[in-house]
Amino acid sequence: MAKPSDLVQGTLDLLILRTLALQPMHGWGIAQRIRQVSKEVLQVNQGALYPALHRLEQQGWIRAKWGESENNRRAKFYSLTPDGAKYLRQEQAQWKRLSSAIGLVLDMS
Amino acid sequence: MRWYYKLPLRLRSLFRKDKAELDLSEELQFHLQNQIDEYVAQGMGPQEARHAAFRSLGGVEQVKEECREARRMNLIENFMRDLRLGLRMLRRNPGFTVLVILCLTLGIGANTAVFSWVEGILLRPYPLVSDQERLVTLTGTVRDTRDETSWPDLLDVRRSCTLCETLFVSKITGATLSIGERAQVITGSIVSANYFDAIGVHPILGRGFEPDEGTGRNAHPVVVISYHFWQSRFQGDPEIIGKTQRFDNVVHTIIGVMPEGFYGTFVGRAMEYWAPLSMLEVYDADSGILEDRGARWAEAYVRLKLGVTRNQAQQEISAIAARLATEYPATNRGRGIKVWPLWETPFNHAGHLLPTFQIMVVVSIFVLLIVCANVGNLLLVRSFARRQEMTVRLAMGASRGRLLRQLVTEGLLLSVCGAAGGMLVAYWCRHALALLFPGDVVYLPGQIDGRVLGLTAAICLVITLAVGLVPAFQTRHLALADTLKNEASAVMGARGRAWFRSSLVVLQVTLSFILLVGATLLMQSLRNIRTTSPGFSTRVLATWIPLEAAGYKAPRAQTFQDELIQRIRALPGVEVAAYARATPLGYGSFSSTAIAIDGYEPQTNEQPTAEYNEVSPDYFATMGIPLRSGREFSRADDENAPRVAIVNQTMVARYWRGQDPIGQRLQVKGNWVQVVGVVKDSKYYSMDEAPRPFFYVPLRQYFSIEPDIYIRTTQPLQTVQTALIREVRALDPNLAVFEMITLQEQVDRSTSHELVAVALVALFGGLALLLASIGLYGVMSYSVSQSARELGLRMALGAGASNVLGLVLSRGLLLTTTGLIIGVALALLLTRLLGNLLYQVSPRDPLAFAAAFAVMALASAAACFLPAWRATRTDPMRALRAE
Repeated sequence: MAKPSDLVQGTLDLLILRTLALQPMHGWGIAQRIRQVSKEVLQVNQGALYPALHRLEQQGWIRAKWGESENNRRAKFYSLTPDGAKYLRQEQAQWKRLSSAIGLVLDMS
Repeated sequence: MRWYYKLPLRLRSLFRKDKAELDLSEELQFHLQNQIDEYVAQGMGPQEARHAAFRSLGGVEQVKEECREARRMNLIENFMRDLRLGLRMLRRNPGFTVLVILCLTLGIGANTAVFSWVEGILLRPYPLVSDQERLVTLTGTVRDTRDETSWPDLLDVRRSCTLCETLFVSKITGATLSIGERAQVITGSIVSANYFDAIGVHPILGRGFEPDEGTGRNAHPVVVISYHFWQSRFQGDPEIIGKTQRFDNVVHTIIGVMPEGFYGTFVGRAMEYWAPLSMLEVYDADSGILEDRGARWAEAYVRLKLGVTRNQAQQEISAIAARLATEYPATNRGRGIKVWPLWETPFNHAGHLLPTFQIMVVVSIFVLLIVCANVGNLLLVRSFARRQEMTVRLAMGASRGRLLRQLVTEGLLLSVCGAAGGMLVAYWCRHALALLFPGDVVYLPGQIDGRVLGLTAAICLVITLAVGLVPAFQTRHLALADTLKNEASAVMGARGRAWFRSSLVVLQVTLSFILLVGATLLMQSLRNIRTTSPGFSTRVLATWIPLEAAGYKAPRAQTFQDELIQRIRALPGVEVAAYARATPLGYGSFSSTAIAIDGYEPQTNEQPTAEYNEVSPDYFATMGIPLRSGREFSRADDENAPRVAIVNQTMVARYWRGQDPIGQRLQVKGNWVQVVGVVKDSKYYSMDEAPRPFFYVPLRQYFSIEPDIYIRTTQPLQTVQTALIREVRALDPNLAVFEMITLQEQVDRSTSHELVAVALVALFGGLALLLASIGLYGVMSYSVSQSARELGLRMALGAGASNVLGLVLSRGLLLTTTGLIIGVALALLLTRLLGNLLYQVSPRDPLAFAAAFAVMALASAAACFLPAWRATRTDPMRALRAE
């Protein structure tokens, strides 16, 4: 259901992992944080967020734990595992290579 | 992520679906609540905010389903799917599947059987006995050669040993039960009173021995019987306790019945009864030997305390033995006590079978390697056939990891089936060893316990990885484009990856060749042992009559013996007959004595001893042992005549330096006797023993109540046996006669251990040969089918059938030759391991190598010929058009 305006497939995982690298967070918080940091440019499709979280958990890159949210509600907090951190580093490097390559092509005059 | 994070998660999603569902709802609920709060903060009405929140999530149920989907793709479900897929693949190729499982069954079965024998015979030989890993056995030593120990010595060890938890004696013995006209001997043990407590096995009916039942000469005629004896002789009588039974003509009270599955503590025999030490004299004719420090007969076991090593125990026990040697120089000078691990126990079958099993472990591992190579090869061939399938799956986006996992799952399926088959084989074979002991009641069971199962599981795992990863190793090279195009046809013997399959074949040829050499060497050795002259005539018939059990005492027995031998000599066809107390190569031991010789000065610390046999006149004539000088014993050498002896040549060489000893004196058990003759050496205990000093004394002067009878005759055994029973019954209708055998049978029985080694190694060698031939055949068939185009082309260009035949054969023989060359090199190094199993055969015997070489070469030529012949039938037109 990824519409063109949405994130490119695969980048959502990257953004989630990057966000969780800062601190453990619940799904809602992740969506908010991505929006804020990207200065409202990136809108996380909420329908895709949760399946992505569950998939990442299954792959072992993040871990979930129930906790108390800021507004005292029970919330599921996700945090990065060591394997997840490793994967994130690889993917980040990959992304940087890719985006600079695309930049080079687009800047061709 | 580490498996320990993953596993609970995966199990939860599988088994705790409800909890996972609740979690999921709650998680989404939290999200919606926050979203509603935000919309309300932006100024929406509560109802409106609620709808908007649901809309922005895009359908709660849909999201939930996607989350479930994300969770479901986990290891266990993948595994189940692989399993189903694997089963389907195996069902689709039943011939292949059966062949692979058969190979694995043979390989795993061979290993499991050997390990179950090692477990049941060497490592934990005594079912139900507790803490067997801490059990060791004790024997005496005289200046480094083994001897028995005496009970007083053992009592001192028991008192002084701080590292021993318990010490007990268990000495094999037999009792005669007469059933009709045939006498039967049942096997039992004379045990110390603490026996049942020490081994931790207690009677299911009645009681074990009281401490005081171990002492007092003949004071406690009580007996504990085995479950089998209880069932077979007393029909499981529940009132058995307190009933009586005659053992060797002494009435014993039955005080206990042991549980089913308890066979006592003697490797090779199942015990039927246990009698206390106090009854020793009933079973062992010498009197007073229990209290005599110089009477050495006992076989003892010690359980070491926890954490004590055999070396520590040996040091302490040696120190005790050294103390005894100074305290009792008359009996213990130069004597020690040796600690043996159970598997080296010299006084039962364990010690004899140990070298065979050492070889068998190596051999069975060889067979397993051959099986792995063979199955690996078969799977490899099939993985080429499946290359299309793999490539398509790769192209469709399957990860290499998934393919690998599927291959390993298939390997697991195969090896689990093989392991199950192997366990069955081992289970069926657990009593097979006993079959190799001719005409003998031997009990040598394999034991399939947790440790054997564990080992089989480990083998299974290794095979799984090996056979699963070999094809995976090949898919590693899969390049999508190459294989999706139709497989390019290959040139005979020039395929890039053929080396791997070829080296597997070479490995099989090499290992099979080594096994064949081993089998051939052992066969030669057995033939040497069995054709070596034992030094006496093997067609002599032997038997005995249990007079003691029938209540005969010495004078009556003597009269009976005299009358019987007259009657036997008068039988038609009987040339000559005689008596002797012990049979050469039999189970009974010869009498042993310290000796002194006029004119021979023993070295300090040397106590010359020799063994001897008590024989009647005509013994040497009957046995066909040639007299070298002097005379045979005659009827005049009776209890009233001066004591005399006949010595063997080795004794002359050692104690008289080769001088003629006739007329010289020899001290036997403290009495001086005169040497009247010299006879040729013969075999006494085993066919492969070195010549030993030995002498003979007249039976009349050293009387024995029930000697063996030897008959030299031209009549068949059955006739003589029937006639003998008739004569015995004419003298005393209550007497029974023991089974009559030829001395050849005695020789065969005494070489059973060698036969076991030969039979097993030959069997495994044959198995290896078969497997290697299958492997070679498989590889050759495959390369022929793969190079059909090349062969067709060659034939179209004018190559004749003989050229094609030569081409294929030469490639197959190249593999064989390579394997054989490596095999010869390795076998030259390895056959030395057979060392002490070989009798008068060099481990590098050229004949054995040549024979094994010829067999292997023939087998592989046969394996290559069929594919080669099929190659000549290639139709050039069809082969070329197929492209």
